[in-house]
Amino acid sequence: MTLPNPEFEAERIRRILAGEKHLFHDLIRPCERSIYFLLFSLLKNETDAEDAAQETVIKVYQNLDKFRGDAQFRTWVLSIARNEGLGKLRKIGSRREDSLDAETDESSGDYTPAILTSWKEIPAQALEQKELGAILRLAIEGLPEIYRNIVLLRDIEEMDIRQTAAVLGIREATVKVRLHRARSLLQRRLAPQLKGYAPKRKGWFGGRG
Amino acid sequence: MRIDCKHVWEHISAYIDGEVEATLRADIDRHLETCEICSAVLDSTRNVVILVADDRVFELPAGFSERLHARIDRELGTPAG
Repeated sequence: MTLPNPEFEAERIRRILAGEKHLFHDLIRPCERSIYFLLFSLLKNETDAEDAAQETVIKVYQNLDKFRGDAQFRTWVLSIARNEGLGKLRKIGSRREDSLDAETDESSGDYTPAILTSWKEIPAQALEQKELGAILRLAIEGLPEIYRNIVLLRDIEEMDIRQTAAVLGIREATVKVRLHRARSLLQRRLAPQLKGYAPKRKGWFGGRG
Repeated sequence: MRIDCKHVWEHISAYIDGEVEATLRADIDRHLETCEICSAVLDSTRNVVILVADDRVFELPAGFSERLHARIDRELGTPAG
Protein backbone atom coordinates (compact mmCIF):
# COMPACT_ATOMS: atom_id res chain seq x y z
CA MET A 1 0.00 0.00 0.00
CA THR A 2 1.16 3.56 -0.70
CA LEU A 3 0.91 5.77 2.33
CA PRO A 4 -1.13 8.94 1.87
CA ASN A 5 0.73 12.23 2.08
CA PRO A 6 -1.65 15.14 2.81
CA GLU A 7 0.84 17.91 1.95
CA PHE A 8 1.69 16.37 -1.40
CA GLU A 9 -2.03 15.95 -2.11
CA ALA A 10 -2.98 19.51 -1.11
CA GLU A 11 -0.21 20.96 -3.26
CA ARG A 12 -1.14 18.78 -6.24
CA ILE A 13 -4.82 19.68 -5.95
CA ARG A 14 -4.01 23.41 -5.87
CA ARG A 15 -1.88 23.11 -8.99
CA ILE A 16 -4.39 20.92 -10.85
CA LEU A 17 -7.18 23.41 -10.13
CA ALA A 18 -4.86 26.19 -11.28
CA GLY A 19 -4.53 24.50 -14.67
CA GLU A 20 -1.80 21.85 -14.44
CA LYS A 21 -4.33 19.16 -15.23
CA HIS A 22 -1.79 16.45 -16.09
CA LEU A 23 -0.75 16.30 -12.41
CA PHE A 24 -4.00 14.50 -11.71
CA HIS A 25 -2.30 11.28 -12.84
CA ASP A 26 0.16 11.47 -9.92
CA LEU A 27 -2.53 12.47 -7.45
CA ILE A 28 -4.77 9.50 -8.15
CA ARG A 29 -2.09 6.85 -8.66
CA PRO A 30 -1.64 5.99 -4.95
CA CYS A 31 -5.42 5.44 -4.64
CA GLU A 32 -6.09 3.27 -7.67
CA ARG A 33 -5.51 -0.06 -6.01
CA SER A 34 -7.87 0.75 -3.13
CA ILE A 35 -10.51 2.07 -5.54
CA TYR A 36 -10.44 -1.08 -7.62
CA PHE A 37 -10.57 -3.54 -4.75
CA LEU A 38 -13.28 -1.66 -2.89
CA LEU A 39 -15.37 -1.83 -6.06
CA PHE A 40 -14.44 -5.44 -6.67
CA SER A 41 -15.59 -6.29 -3.15
CA LEU A 42 -18.95 -4.70 -3.94
CA LEU A 43 -19.47 -5.85 -7.51
CA LYS A 44 -17.54 -9.15 -7.45
CA ASN A 45 -16.78 -8.88 -11.12
CA GLU A 46 -13.55 -7.62 -12.71
CA THR A 47 -15.14 -5.84 -15.67
CA ASP A 48 -17.78 -4.05 -13.58
CA ALA A 49 -15.16 -3.10 -10.99
CA GLU A 50 -12.85 -1.68 -13.64
CA ASP A 51 -15.65 0.30 -15.34
CA ALA A 52 -16.77 1.70 -12.00
CA ALA A 53 -13.16 2.52 -11.09
CA GLN A 54 -12.82 4.58 -14.26
CA GLU A 55 -16.11 6.39 -13.59
CA THR A 56 -14.99 7.05 -10.01
CA VAL A 57 -11.72 8.58 -11.09
CA ILE A 58 -13.45 10.85 -13.60
CA LYS A 59 -15.91 11.98 -10.90
CA VAL A 60 -13.02 12.67 -8.56
CA TYR A 61 -11.45 14.85 -11.24
CA GLN A 62 -14.68 16.68 -12.01
CA ASN A 63 -15.38 17.33 -8.33
CA LEU A 64 -11.85 18.09 -7.21
CA ASP A 65 -12.77 21.68 -6.32
CA LYS A 66 -15.25 20.29 -3.78
CA PHE A 67 -12.59 18.47 -1.79
CA ARG A 68 -12.21 20.49 1.40
CA GLY A 69 -9.33 18.72 3.06
CA ASP A 70 -11.36 17.98 6.21
CA ALA A 71 -11.14 14.27 5.36
CA GLN A 72 -8.12 12.49 3.95
CA PHE A 73 -8.03 12.57 0.19
CA ARG A 74 -8.09 8.77 -0.06
CA THR A 75 -11.08 8.56 2.30
CA TRP A 76 -12.94 11.08 0.15
CA VAL A 77 -12.03 9.24 -3.05
CA LEU A 78 -13.15 5.90 -1.63
CA SER A 79 -16.52 7.28 -0.54
CA ILE A 80 -17.02 8.42 -4.13
CA ALA A 81 -16.00 4.94 -5.28
CA ARG A 82 -18.43 3.33 -2.89
CA ASN A 83 -21.32 5.49 -4.11
CA GLU A 84 -20.39 4.71 -7.69
CA GLY A 85 -20.31 1.00 -6.87
CA LEU A 86 -23.66 1.07 -5.06
CA GLY A 87 -25.21 2.92 -8.00
CA LYS A 88 -23.88 0.35 -10.41
CA LEU A 89 -25.07 -2.47 -8.20
CA ARG A 90 -28.60 -1.06 -8.28
CA LYS A 91 -28.41 -0.70 -12.04
CA ILE A 92 -27.25 -4.23 -12.76
CA GLY A 93 -29.65 -5.63 -10.17
CA SER A 94 -28.58 -7.88 -7.36
CA ARG A 95 -26.95 -10.67 -9.26
CA ARG A 96 -25.57 -11.87 -5.97
CA GLU A 97 -27.82 -13.31 -3.36
CA ASP A 98 -26.05 -11.54 -0.50
CA SER A 99 -25.63 -8.11 -2.16
CA LEU A 100 -27.29 -5.50 0.01
CA ASP A 101 -29.71 -7.69 1.91
CA ALA A 102 -26.87 -8.69 4.19
CA GLU A 103 -26.94 -5.14 5.61
CA THR A 104 -29.89 -6.08 7.74
CA ASP A 105 -28.65 -9.46 8.80
CA GLU A 106 -25.95 -8.68 11.26
CA SER A 107 -26.87 -10.04 14.62
CA SER A 108 -27.27 -13.63 13.52
CA GLY A 109 -24.42 -15.98 12.78
CA ASP A 110 -21.86 -17.95 14.70
CA TYR A 111 -18.59 -16.16 15.29
CA THR A 112 -16.92 -18.83 17.39
CA PRO A 113 -13.37 -19.29 16.13
CA ALA A 114 -12.00 -22.58 14.82
CA ILE A 115 -10.67 -24.30 17.92
CA LEU A 116 -7.05 -25.35 17.62
CA THR A 117 -4.58 -26.53 20.18
CA SER A 118 -1.50 -25.29 18.37
CA TRP A 119 -0.66 -23.08 15.44
CA LYS A 120 2.49 -23.01 13.38
CA GLU A 121 2.89 -19.66 11.73
CA ILE A 122 2.50 -19.60 7.96
CA PRO A 123 5.17 -17.27 6.59
CA ALA A 124 4.30 -14.74 3.88
CA GLN A 125 6.72 -16.55 1.53
CA ALA A 126 4.16 -19.35 1.36
CA LEU A 127 2.13 -16.98 -0.85
CA GLU A 128 4.48 -17.83 -3.68
CA GLN A 129 2.35 -20.95 -3.92
CA LYS A 130 -0.52 -19.70 -6.07
CA GLU A 131 -3.19 -21.87 -4.50
CA LEU A 132 -2.66 -20.29 -1.08
CA GLY A 133 -3.56 -16.88 -2.53
CA ALA A 134 -6.62 -18.44 -4.15
CA ILE A 135 -7.77 -19.93 -0.83
CA LEU A 136 -7.45 -16.53 0.87
CA ARG A 137 -9.26 -14.71 -1.96
CA LEU A 138 -12.11 -17.21 -1.95
CA ALA A 139 -12.56 -16.87 1.80
CA ILE A 140 -12.71 -13.08 1.61
CA GLU A 141 -14.98 -13.08 -1.43
CA GLY A 142 -17.25 -15.53 0.42
CA LEU A 143 -17.85 -13.11 3.31
CA PRO A 144 -21.15 -11.20 3.41
CA GLU A 145 -20.71 -7.73 1.90
CA ILE A 146 -20.82 -5.84 5.21
CA TYR A 147 -17.82 -7.83 6.43
CA ARG A 148 -16.00 -8.07 3.13
CA ASN A 149 -15.67 -4.33 2.66
CA ILE A 150 -14.45 -3.87 6.24
CA VAL A 151 -11.70 -6.48 5.74
CA LEU A 152 -10.83 -4.87 2.46
CA LEU A 153 -10.44 -1.35 3.83
CA ARG A 154 -9.01 -2.16 7.23
CA ASP A 155 -6.87 -5.25 6.68
CA ILE A 156 -6.05 -5.20 2.98
CA GLU A 157 -5.79 -1.48 2.33
CA GLU A 158 -4.70 -0.88 5.94
CA MET A 159 -6.89 2.14 6.64
CA ASP A 160 -7.56 2.93 10.30
CA ILE A 161 -10.91 2.48 12.03
CA ARG A 162 -11.85 6.14 11.62
CA GLN A 163 -11.14 6.25 7.89
CA THR A 164 -12.91 2.94 7.34
CA ALA A 165 -15.98 4.31 9.13
CA ALA A 166 -15.86 7.50 7.05
CA VAL A 167 -15.69 5.64 3.72
CA LEU A 168 -18.59 3.36 4.62
CA GLY A 169 -20.64 6.02 6.38
CA ILE A 170 -21.01 3.96 9.56
CA ARG A 171 -19.98 4.46 13.19
CA GLU A 172 -16.51 3.49 14.42
CA ALA A 173 -18.05 1.14 16.96
CA THR A 174 -19.83 -0.67 14.11
CA VAL A 175 -16.55 -0.97 12.22
CA LYS A 176 -14.97 -2.61 15.28
CA VAL A 177 -17.79 -5.10 15.74
CA ARG A 178 -17.86 -6.03 12.06
CA LEU A 179 -14.09 -6.26 11.85
CA HIS A 180 -14.08 -8.63 14.78
CA ARG A 181 -16.76 -10.82 13.21
CA ALA A 182 -15.10 -10.75 9.81
CA ARG A 183 -11.77 -11.84 11.25
CA SER A 184 -13.48 -14.58 13.28
CA LEU A 185 -15.24 -15.84 10.16
CA LEU A 186 -11.96 -15.84 8.24
CA GLN A 187 -10.06 -17.61 11.02
CA ARG A 188 -12.80 -20.19 11.30
CA ARG A 189 -12.87 -20.84 7.59
CA LEU A 190 -9.17 -20.58 6.92
CA ALA A 191 -7.35 -22.04 9.91
CA PRO A 192 -8.22 -25.67 9.09
CA GLN A 193 -7.35 -25.15 5.41
CA LEU A 194 -4.14 -23.25 6.02
CA LYS A 195 -2.52 -25.68 8.42
CA GLY A 196 -0.95 -27.57 5.54
CA TYR A 197 1.02 -24.46 4.52
CA ALA A 198 3.01 -24.26 7.74
CA PRO A 199 6.67 -25.11 7.35
CA LYS A 200 6.92 -28.85 7.70
CA ARG A 201 9.04 -30.21 10.48
CA LYS A 202 9.34 -33.65 11.97
CA GLY A 203 6.17 -34.78 13.62
CA TRP A 204 4.14 -32.23 11.67
CA PHE A 205 1.24 -34.51 10.96
CA GLY A 206 0.47 -35.57 14.49
CA GLY A 207 0.30 -32.03 15.78
CA ARG A 208 2.20 -32.73 18.96
CA GLY A 209 5.22 -34.56 17.64
CA MET B 1 -9.58 -10.82 37.16
CA ARG B 2 -9.96 -14.37 35.81
CA ILE B 3 -11.53 -14.46 32.38
CA ASP B 4 -12.75 -17.39 30.32
CA CYS B 5 -11.99 -18.39 26.73
CA LYS B 6 -15.18 -16.94 25.30
CA HIS B 7 -14.37 -13.60 26.84
CA VAL B 8 -10.91 -13.70 25.26
CA TRP B 9 -12.35 -14.52 21.82
CA GLU B 10 -14.64 -11.49 22.02
CA HIS B 11 -11.62 -9.24 22.26
CA ILE B 12 -9.23 -10.97 19.88
CA SER B 13 -9.61 -8.49 17.05
CA ALA B 14 -9.14 -5.45 19.30
CA TYR B 15 -6.25 -7.23 21.02
CA ILE B 16 -4.49 -7.74 17.68
CA ASP B 17 -4.97 -4.04 16.89
CA GLY B 18 -3.64 -3.01 20.31
CA GLU B 19 -7.00 -1.48 21.19
CA VAL B 20 -7.89 -3.13 24.48
CA GLU B 21 -7.29 -1.11 27.61
CA ALA B 22 -4.41 -2.05 29.89
CA THR B 23 -6.26 -3.97 32.62
CA LEU B 24 -8.14 -6.16 30.18
CA ARG B 25 -4.97 -6.68 28.17
CA ALA B 26 -3.18 -7.91 31.29
CA ASP B 27 -6.09 -10.30 32.04
CA ILE B 28 -5.97 -11.64 28.49
CA ASP B 29 -2.17 -12.03 28.63
CA ARG B 30 -2.48 -13.99 31.88
CA HIS B 31 -5.13 -16.24 30.34
CA LEU B 32 -2.99 -16.81 27.23
CA GLU B 33 -0.05 -17.97 29.33
CA THR B 34 -1.93 -21.08 30.38
CA CYS B 35 -4.55 -21.60 27.64
CA GLU B 36 -3.16 -23.29 24.55
CA ILE B 37 -6.50 -23.07 22.72
CA CYS B 38 -6.77 -19.29 23.03
CA SER B 39 -3.08 -18.93 22.15
CA ALA B 40 -3.64 -20.94 18.97
CA VAL B 41 -6.82 -18.97 18.13
CA LEU B 42 -4.95 -15.70 18.62
CA ASP B 43 -1.89 -16.81 16.61
CA SER B 44 -3.96 -18.18 13.75
CA THR B 45 -6.19 -15.09 13.60
CA ARG B 46 -3.17 -12.79 13.60
CA ASN B 47 -1.53 -14.95 10.94
CA VAL B 48 -4.65 -14.76 8.75
CA VAL B 49 -4.78 -10.96 9.15
CA ILE B 50 -1.13 -10.68 8.07
CA LEU B 51 -1.55 -13.01 5.10
CA VAL B 52 -4.62 -11.27 3.65
CA ALA B 53 -2.76 -7.93 3.77
CA ASP B 54 -0.07 -9.24 1.44
CA ASP B 55 -0.16 -7.56 -1.98
CA ARG B 56 0.27 -10.94 -3.65
CA VAL B 57 -3.20 -12.06 -2.54
CA PHE B 58 -5.07 -9.40 -4.49
CA GLU B 59 -3.44 -8.29 -7.72
CA LEU B 60 -4.83 -5.68 -10.10
CA PRO B 61 -5.93 -7.05 -13.50
CA ALA B 62 -3.20 -6.80 -16.15
CA GLY B 63 -3.29 -3.41 -17.88
CA PHE B 64 -5.71 -1.87 -15.35
CA SER B 65 -3.54 1.13 -14.61
CA GLU B 66 -2.70 1.82 -18.27
CA ARG B 67 -6.38 1.76 -19.24
CA LEU B 68 -7.31 3.98 -16.29
CA HIS B 69 -4.74 6.61 -17.17
CA ALA B 70 -5.68 6.51 -20.84
CA ARG B 71 -9.27 7.24 -19.76
CA ILE B 72 -8.04 10.12 -17.59
CA ASP B 73 -6.15 11.52 -20.58
CA ARG B 74 -9.33 11.47 -22.65
CA GLU B 75 -11.15 13.35 -19.88
CA LEU B 76 -8.33 15.86 -19.49
CA GLY B 77 -8.07 16.34 -23.21
CA THR B 78 -4.30 16.01 -23.01
CA PRO B 79 -1.95 13.62 -24.79
CA ALA B 80 -0.81 10.59 -22.77
CA GLY B 81 1.37 11.68 -19.88
